[in-house]
Amino acid sequence: MAELLVKGGFVIDPTRRIDGDVMDVAIKDGKIVEKVGPGAKVIDAKGKVVMAGGVDVHAHVAGPKVNVGRLFRPEDKLFKSPNAQKNYRMEMGFSIPSTFKTGYDYARMGYSFVMEAAMPPLHSPHVHEEIHDTPIIDEAALPVFANNWFVLEYLKNGEIENSAAYVAWLITATKGYGIKLVNPGGTAAWAWGLNCLTLQDPVPYFDITPAEIITGLIKTNEYLGLPHSMHIHQNNLGNPGNYEVTLESLKLAEGYKAKNKFGREQVMHSTHIQFHSYGGDGWANFESKAKEVMDYVNTQKNITVDLGCVTLDETTTMTADGPFEHHLNGLNHLKWANVDVELETAAGVVPYVYDKDIKVCGIQWAIGLELGLYAKDPMRTFITTDHPNAGPFTRYPRIIKWLMSKKAREATLDTFKHKDKVIDATNIHGIDTERTLYEIAQMTRAGPAKALGFSRMFGGLAPGMDADVAVFDLNYKSMPSDPEKIEQAFQRASWFIKSGEIVVKNGDIASHGNKRTIWVNAKVKENPQVMRDIHEKFLKDYTVGILNYPVHDYLAPHPLVIDVDVEA
Amino acid sequence: MPTITLKPYKTPELMLECYNITPDVFAGKKPEEIAELEIREGKTRVKLGDFFEASGSSGMTAAETDIHIAGDCTRVKYIGNKMTAGSITVDGNADMYVGGWMKGGKIHVKGNVHSFCGIAMEGGEILVDGNAENYVGCAYRGDWRGMRGGTIRIKGNAGNDIGTFMLGGTIIIENNAFIHVSTHAEGGTVIIKGDVQGRVGGQMVKGDIYVFGNIQYMLPGFKQVDKVEKEVDGEKATFLHYIGDLGERHPKSKGKEIYANLYVKA
Ligand SMILES: [Zn+2]
Repeated sequence: MAELLVKGGFVIDPTRRIDGDVMDVAIKDGKIVEKVGPGAKVIDAKGKVVMAGGVDVHAHVAGPKVNVGRLFRPEDKLFKSPNAQKNYRMEMGFSIPSTFKTGYDYARMGYSFVMEAAMPPLHSPHVHEEIHDTPIIDEAALPVFANNWFVLEYLKNGEIENSAAYVAWLITATKGYGIKLVNPGGTAAWAWGLNCLTLQDPVPYFDITPAEIITGLIKTNEYLGLPHSMHIHQNNLGNPGNYEVTLESLKLAEGYKAKNKFGREQVMHSTHIQFHSYGGDGWANFESKAKEVMDYVNTQKNITVDLGCVTLDETTTMTADGPFEHHLNGLNHLKWANVDVELETAAGVVPYVYDKDIKVCGIQWAIGLELGLYAKDPMRTFITTDHPNAGPFTRYPRIIKWLMSKKAREATLDTFKHKDKVIDATNIHGIDTERTLYEIAQMTRAGPAKALGFSRMFGGLAPGMDADVAVFDLNYKSMPSDPEKIEQAFQRASWFIKSGEIVVKNGDIASHGNKRTIWVNAKVKENPQVMRDIHEKFLKDYTVGILNYPVHDYLAPHPLVIDVDVEA
Repeated sequence: MPTITLKPYKTPELMLECYNITPDVFAGKKPEEIAELEIREGKTRVKLGDFFEASGSSGMTAAETDIHIAGDCTRVKYIGNKMTAGSITVDGNADMYVGGWMKGGKIHVKGNVHSFCGIAMEGGEILVDGNAENYVGCAYRGDWRGMRGGTIRIKGNAGNDIGTFMLGGTIIIENNAFIHVSTHAEGGTVIIKGDVQGRVGGQMVKGDIYVFGNIQYMLPGFKQVDKVEKEVDGEKATFLHYIGDLGERHPKSKGKEIYANLYVKA
């Protein structure tokens, strides 16, 4: 592969504490190297910011529920789909873009990796088919476990070793990456038309509580030593007053230590924390509890979070939190799709309009940003929109703008119909903090890469790491006074090099790159009981045979396999 | 009013997508410039001048611009797409999406129109002398925000799915309609002077429907509450007043549930 030299840019690399030094980045054979020869192709980055490729810790970009969204929302494509273009595939959709648009849009923003945040194990072949169809970016997927019959039974009996053997089998069978929890116990309860809104609500039939599921899966994760921590969408999402349940869930991580060989330090990743930082006891006195939640997160080194910022767009909500989508449909009366995934999980999809002129939406917007501004450790606080739930991922540049500029926040606040009520219910108006480019690089690159166990590959520009290099048209020494320029620069990278290949030039796609599917091959010592349980359940309860269940190799033809061996 | 005349001179092999035939686009342009405007034949970009001969003059603004299509547009879609003012007359038939997403102005089609006439319309007037196919004044596929304002008058018959997800405005069908009227509507008025086969007001939340002829199959979700005398579109008549759809959610105003109204001539 050709050699490249990204020359003379302001390099920002939190993994080496480099903040705006004018440096060259040398690239050879898809990796960052110390030096290249005189024949290397030179990319002039003078006067521009150079960062590692972005790492998205949580987005819904592939699989059945994303596709349900695409299918039942043709209007999401109306007047929002660029026409066919030469050499590249047609791009369609806004909140639920086509696979091609997904890959292109992430690449244009200089992102190299995206985690599909909720893979229903039974439908993992579909998830992988879509991942394979998404160009340029590397992807992995987290299978959901917190409502899975095997897991509920093993954890009810306190059998961590069996839980781990099952989880390892399933992650490997589905080519998954780690352990995702969605509304622990609540989605299983939904099969009975119920939910678990507190950590003590027993799951019907299984008679286990959400608290037991959460701690059981933290223990399972650390028993296996997976690259990522247990990754949780908490109970009681989206309801006024839920911050108390949130704090209670976060506290369950106290006393646990990360045990892995990937450099990860947290034992819990709490996702889209914005949806879980609500005060008040109804929509009338709905208010921000961002400070209360972030004050706790700030003190706990073994927790990471992502924001789930509301971007004030018309979007599509989709989650394995089936009962929540039913509840949301009761609020907005729009379309609702609901699916049960036998033995494993469920899912719901509902379109949603975050209208800047609705007070609650304005408060949600403020809460997401407050969390990002209150965070004391940007290495543990990541920018997301829970795409597409709080807004599409293509708004990350706008969130960066809001976090970096009080002026931009005030300008948005000024457009609200209920500005005063939003100010009363939040702290956003009084926060003067403006995030720096270094902190943005921590929140979008170094931080999420470390939390996912990728710190030797992604998130930095040290020699030996993957050559994923983004060049943004921002002058570190004289940042623009107009915050819109920040958004524009992050929306379309001047250059983006992915795995050593130029994939974006002047904001336009220049190559389909070398997409990879990253998955974990988890091995535990032989566990005949668990294998017997698996075979028995496939005979008795599943509608598919065990041989038709796993994701075959042809569905992930460009794999990057990470081996985890508990015995080794 | 300054008029641009478009004379069709060639039949396209595929349907033409002429989203640029609007007073808004034509305003301030000379016929030569109008002939250069992009349209599509299937997926291929072509020019308006490849199929139409443009003559006359346009006004400075859309409101001052009249477009006269002197010929048949059976294979021309999107006439008057998103127009805000001015007027368009088509001497013959027109294909799908006449006046789609229209905000203002006037369209007169002297022949028949195909489906999706006045889709998601917000304002203005559409007059069709002949028949309309399906989806008159409906919402875009999947969208819950249908026609919001303006008037569509079809002098002949109309097909199925009239005023789906309608929120406002008026649709008048002077002859018969097939099935599915005001499905999911939350406002607006549909007047049918002739007969309708059935499925009138299914899942309708709010809004009004008037039927002067017969409804062959009445939906069970509607209940007669009254008999009233009304003047509708210039015609006085006595109507049986039904409310519904009783199987659908209904908003409350001052503690009372608001229903959709269906009036059928007694
Ligand atoms: Zn999510």
